[in-house]
Amino acid sequence: MRATVIVTLKPTVLDPQGMTIHRSLASLGLTDITDVRQGKIFHVQLKDGNLEQVERLAKEVLTNPVIEEYRIMWE
Amino acid sequence: MKFGVVVIPGCYCDHDCYYAIESVTKKPVEFIWHEQTSVAGFDAIILPGGFAYGDYLRTGALAKFSPVMSAIRDFARRGGLVFGICNGFQILTEAGLLPGALMRNVGMKYVCKFLHLRTDNADTPFTNVLTKGQLLYIPIGHGDGNYYADEETLKRIEGNGRVVFRYVDANGQATPEANPNGSLNNIAGIVNEQGNVLGMMPHPDRSYDAILGSADGKFIFESMVNALVAR
Repeated sequence: MRATVIVTLKPTVLDPQGMTIHRSLASLGLTDITDVRQGKIFHVQLKDGNLEQVERLAKEVLTNPVIEEYRIMWE
Repeated sequence: MKFGVVVIPGCYCDHDCYYAIESVTKKPVEFIWHEQTSVAGFDAIILPGGFAYGDYLRTGALAKFSPVMSAIRDFARRGGLVFGICNGFQILTEAGLLPGALMRNVGMKYVCKFLHLRTDNADTPFTNVLTKGQLLYIPIGHGDGNYYADEETLKRIEGNGRVVFRYVDANGQATPEANPNGSLNNIAGIVNEQGNVLGMMPHPDRSYDAILGSADGKFIFESMVNALVAR
């Protein structure tokens, strides 16, 4: 079984990396893109069944709850 | 009185801290390996700078799970002095021993330079030889020093004097220009509610002797000795 964990900065937290990417888009003419926010993606393999372990991985290791949030996509 | 300097693979300021303490305080100091499960016998513990375990996930994210950190949590709960410098500060926030988080510098660059700090709380075990408002000339060297806390947390730490050091200009003003990394309210260092845990991004371990460009960092180590003597 596979899961994908997506970690992003909370919407209220400034994202200097996304802002830097966004700023560079004007020179490519991609002027309709109004915002870019950067995050992280983790592909996780697990034995069937124990979904709680992925929840704990996402919550306790992959995310800093002060600044980030996560969502899990199951495959 | 014995100081301990934690050694985590990837951290490279451990020897700087060791020699700073030895040279300034003349007190016994020992390294503490990250796999140690006890910090018995130590009176103060330093978490030095660097990139603990490579800092690949987030700064300090994996270090908080190291065996020595459970011992340090208990040590801090019992009132032991814990001092995190740079990566050590990042580890302390990740471990929940200090509030907030340290994010990527707003300018996206690793910044390595001397700058001025203003002492906003001289009534801590780490600043008792200083006076409120005193300026220190101490270097930074980091890419993730951008202090962030949610509004409520920020209000709380500002409200009870837990911001110990702020980035300021040579006149002591906390201006946007004096802020090297985008930290909220120019915050460079904070203490926990009990006052026995300090984290700061600037490096007193790189400024404890005039030959290094400044000796101002020594005041912090001297304050720690004072605090421990008074116990």
